[in-house]
Amino acid sequence: MDFALLRDAFWGLTFDGLALGAIYALISLGYTLVYGVLRLINFAHSEVFMIGTFSALVASGIMGVKIEDDPRTGWGMVFTLLICLIAAMLASGITAVLVEIIAYRRLRQRGATKLATLISAIGVSISLVELFRIITDSLPREFPRIMDKTFLFSYAGADIRNDKVIVIIAAGLMMFALERFITKSRYGKGIRAVSMDESTSTLMGVNINKVITVTFLAGGMMAGAAAFFYILVYENTSFKVGFFLGISAFTAAVLGGIGNLKGALFGGFVLGILETYTSAVFGTAWKAVISFLILVLVLLIKPTGLFGESIQQARV
Amino acid sequence: MADKKFRYNLRDHAADYWERSPKWRRVSLSISFIAFFYALPFLNNPLINTPGSDFQSVLFYPVGMYVLMAIGLNIVVGKSGLLDLGYVAFFAIGAYTMAILGTHTSLNFWEILPIGIALAMVSGVLLGTPTLRLRGDYLAIVTLGFGEIVRIVAVNIEAIGGPRGIAGIPTPPDLFKAKFTILDPKPYYWVLLTFTLLIIWMVRRMAARRPGRAWDAIRQDDDVAQLMGVNTLKYKVWAFVLGAAVAGAGGVLYASQILSIVPDQFNLNVSILILACVVFGGIGNLWGVILGAALLAFTPERIRFLSQPRILVFGIALVVMMNLRPDGILPKKKREHFDPNWKTVEESGEGEIK
Repeated sequence: MDFALLRDAFWGLTFDGLALGAIYALISLGYTLVYGVLRLINFAHSEVFMIGTFSALVASGIMGVKIEDDPRTGWGMVFTLLICLIAAMLASGITAVLVEIIAYRRLRQRGATKLATLISAIGVSISLVELFRIITDSLPREFPRIMDKTFLFSYAGADIRNDKVIVIIAAGLMMFALERFITKSRYGKGIRAVSMDESTSTLMGVNINKVITVTFLAGGMMAGAAAFFYILVYENTSFKVGFFLGISAFTAAVLGGIGNLKGALFGGFVLGILETYTSAVFGTAWKAVISFLILVLVLLIKPTGLFGESIQQARV
Repeated sequence: MADKKFRYNLRDHAADYWERSPKWRRVSLSISFIAFFYALPFLNNPLINTPGSDFQSVLFYPVGMYVLMAIGLNIVVGKSGLLDLGYVAFFAIGAYTMAILGTHTSLNFWEILPIGIALAMVSGVLLGTPTLRLRGDYLAIVTLGFGEIVRIVAVNIEAIGGPRGIAGIPTPPDLFKAKFTILDPKPYYWVLLTFTLLIIWMVRRMAARRPGRAWDAIRQDDDVAQLMGVNTLKYKVWAFVLGAAVAGAGGVLYASQILSIVPDQFNLNVSILILACVVFGGIGNLWGVILGAALLAFTPERIRFLSQPRILVFGIALVVMMNLRPDGILPKKKREHFDPNWKTVEESGEGEIK
């Protein structure tokens, strides 16, 4: 119990929590999108995230960044960062689509039970984790520092670091783009239609397979972006990284009301901040316990999450 | 559709044979099956021997233990349709009860066993009463959280060994002529088999009576069941608690065989693997679940010669199997299709609400 730390470093912790929450929110968007359309927990989503982190790593290697190098500057740095971001998003997006084709499509078309689909997704998840465990020899990998990390300014005793500012702003932009996509685009309309009523939207001419593929692609790309931001801030990854972040992100999605995009965002930020506070007060070991207790309490009071499922309304 | 209904089905054939058999044949078949399973540790066959690990040990853990837990989880997931992703928590509670009481008190295994079961049941009630009101997917995340909480608590409390766990757990006292030692897993296997048989008997009795019918109703439609006067929460909690009791008993026995436990043995992967056993074998069908658990526990041990990629192969096999047989290896109630006049609601088009 260390409440003094929480009081003294309150704004610093809040800021760190916002950065972590942005990453959670981006991952939980993938859970919530898939749940909205298929009514299924995508168990392999955490591995989609994991593959994103490794792709960013590989992309940085291709760009010639080495661990012992000095951080890059100027447009070269921006270019390298963008390449890593795009690589992570593409790899995660493609993985998510492949997961859908391999683990979900056939079972869905045969009208299999939810549980069978869940086990199939778990199988994919186990396979991907094991594949990367073998490739990386069970060792964590370090991400080279592309960008010099400096303190931009201080606010109420909290030093605001530039990489976290970038993460929060960029994540906000991503979420804005996704929101526009869901509300304005043709496929976004399709996603909303399918999540309201699958059979009616098929009758109305929505190509359900395409819509589901796009849903997985969008969710996967958000997870890829989250993976890049994660590796930028924490500078390491391992084959297990998806498991821990995946559970937290899924908790965030449920906290906000799964199937609800705003809920996922809100849940992500709330959980990120809460986890940072509780690790400061009780130590990092207890943070998962506290977040789960909060989740249980929220569900007991409001069983559909903070924002509700909003099945009938537009899911935005 | 018609040709599908009359397709030959080994499971249905076997079940029909069983139901048409006179009593003496059923009894003698049961006895020979049971005797076969009691004699299984003596079997020495290169086909089923596990390279790199002792077959008799594998028979106790993971195979026997997974079968026991899969039967327990089948009450929760298969019979009453509640998705529990934190089943390992009850296993851990049983194991820790055995470890703590065994090392700190003079109680022996047979005295700790009921305490372990009772504690697992109490935690089942404590977790179940508030959370079983939640709908499927929310229940999944809450139980998943519970499983992780139990593990994290065990890691973080130094009094129960912290991350190093507890070592020096006593073995059970001798029973008849069987000696429980670390070197010989056979007596443990026999105790486990006895537990399993008792639980199978109990589950089959229950499934045929009021609780079984209530679980069926709850699984098919929670709201309708409640409307028809089934006290759904009560029977859900009961399913949960019975499942917990089975896992608790398994945990006590496991701890007394393995002699030292660490919290990381009770991670989420165990819960998921047991759930995979249930779904893989044929959800809701007891014999399918047993077969699935035995296969899923045995295969990774059998292919240990692959060493590195064996879990990878296991994962791929899971995906392939679920795609080929989404209802599991031995799905339940296919037999109803033998009646040429029998139709499902979807086939007849009646009662369509959508």
